[in-house]
This record gives sequence, C-alpha cells and structure tokens, in this order.
Amino acid sequence: MEKSNDAIINSDVLKTISEWSNSGMKTAIATVIDTWGSSPRPAGSQLGVNERCEMIGSVSGGCIEGAVVKAALEVMEDKKPQILEFGVSNEDAWEVGLACGGNVKVYVEALES
Amino acid sequence: MRDEVLKKILRAQDHKIPIALITRLSDGSQAVVDRKKSIDGDMTFSQQELEEVLSCIRDDKSRSLGGGEYFARVFNPKLRMVVVGAVHIAQALTPMAALANFEVTIVDPRGSFASDARFPGVNLMDEWPDEALVKLAPDTRTAVVTLTHDPKLDDPALEEALKTDAFYIASLGSKKTHSKRLERLRKAGFNEKTLKRINGPAGLDIGAVSPSEIAISILAELTAVLHHKDLR
Repeated sequence: MEKSNDAIINSDVLKTISEWSNSGMKTAIATVIDTWGSSPRPAGSQLGVNERCEMIGSVSGGCIEGAVVKAALEVMEDKKPQILEFGVSNEDAWEVGLACGGNVKVYVEALES
Repeated sequence: MRDEVLKKILRAQDHKIPIALITRLSDGSQAVVDRKKSIDGDMTFSQQELEEVLSCIRDDKSRSLGGGEYFARVFNPKLRMVVVGAVHIAQALTPMAALANFEVTIVDPRGSFASDARFPGVNLMDEWPDEALVKLAPDTRTAVVTLTHDPKLDDPALEEALKTDAFYIASLGSKKTHSKRLERLRKAGFNEKTLKRINGPAGLDIGAVSPSEIAISILAELTAVLHHKDLR
C-alpha cells in the first residue's frame, strides 16, 4: 500500500492496523502505559504489528521493539493481553539494548476481528 | 481490542472529535469516552474518574488512572496551522509542518500565489485573511503564521488571530517591519499584553537565511511554545 512520508512518520497506527486487518492479517497493538526516567517515548505512544512482523509507529527509540514484536505474535495467537516491563534492571531489556536508563511499561493487545 | 472499538476510534478521528480510549488493564475491557462524558462501551466510571479523563483530553496527555487500574489513551484531532501568504517560505513551511503532524491551511487572496501547482495537495483558501480566519476559527490547538510582509494581508489576519485562543501567533518581517506593525495594531486598539502574543519577527534567531531555514526556525519556536518551554 502506498503511503505518504507524512503518514508513515506520524504513524496513523490504528488506521494501518485497520488496513492490515481488512486484508486478512492478524494484528496487535502495543501502547506505552507508564514511563520512569529518561524513556524515549511518552505514555500513549503506540506500535502496530502484523503477523508478518511488519511495524508501524514506535514504543521506544528502537531499543525494545524486537521484544515487543515477539510478545505481539503470542498475543495475536492466544488473544490474551500482556503487560511488559523494560528497564535497566530487566535482563530482557539489556538483551535487546534499552540503554537509555529509563523504564517503560507496555500493554500489548490483539485486534479481535 | 475489539474491531468495533477500533472502528469507533477511527470514526471519531475522521469527524475530528476528541476522545479517550479507556482500557482496564486487569481484563482488557475497553470504552470510548468523549468530552461530554458519554461512555461508549461496557464500563462504568465514578464522576471523579470521568473528570480525570476529561483533563487527559484537555491536556492532550495519555496516562494511567485510578492508581494504575485504567489507562486513558487520548485521540485528539491534529494540531492545525494557518499560514497567511502563499509565498516561497510557505512552500518550505507547509511540508515541514505536515511532517510535524499539523493540518495546514494556506490563505492568500492572490490567485497567482495560492495555486495548486505551487502547493500540490494543500488546503488553499483564496479569501481575505480576516474572513478566512473567522471561518477557520483558530482554537487552543491552532497556530497562525503570517508571511506576506504586506500590511493589507498580514494586519487583518493578526487582528482576527488575536481575538482567538490560537496557541502560537507569529508574523514574519524584520525588527523594523515588526515595530511598525505593532504601532498600527496599537492604533487599532490592541493593548501591550495582547500584542505580546505575537511572536515577531517570527522564528528563533538561528541565523536562518533560506526559506527552508526560516521554516525550521518558525517550527522550532512554535514547538517550544507548544510545550511551554521558556526561551528567555
């Protein structure tokens, strides 16, 4: 699907989720619900993911998106929302490189079509 | 998220209606709440919780509520920018403002300036700036920038903009041009406090010379004002 630069950067996440869903793909939405310290994206920031691991939007500066996509794929299957926490004390976060020293909590839910 | 909830959010966005999506984090149930406190979904809230949701929408700030029981995700219509003067700088400012997520309208009664060829895909209004501003009704999520240097076009726009709650009002022109402009507006009856709302000359002093550099300086200043960042 052709998208303008503007639409991609300002990431109409839910619009894209809707388009993915209409084309028959499983999708999930991740939302930053809490932040502490110097996390790069504020509460409310969203990342949309489809079953092909395509992404729109962001929940960090690129540090935790990989782990969030992994959870999103699980949520697409079992439809059970997950709450993920990333921070300096979290080994997973180090693994995926949350180097900013902040903490974020991310809510991941499937679109139930 | 159920598909019908997604559709409700997208519909509100299409109709430019501010809403918040409330999610109960323990079980994933969701409802859409608007500014009239009407709740669309299978959830109930106390009056105090609804007031908190309203404050989230007003401040354009998504956050958790009720000690972390709920999360309110705000969906406000886009910020708007009204650009008066379909001049060369507008050609740089318009796409940059769109990238910064503004819905831009250009006002210029001079047809040879405000043409689709010069501004492909942009909302253009060929009315006089004061009439256009009355129609556009700038609010607390609107910026007004005048770029013409021509008092016949800039002044009526500024006079109307100053009557509104626009969060950023700026006018291009040298310090000399700007002080003459302020003098005219004083004579038109605007007091000093009101005139202080005009950011003039428009933009941060970053040595901008080219149209795109001037557009950057204007957007930088506007961003600082939007986030209440004191530049002095």
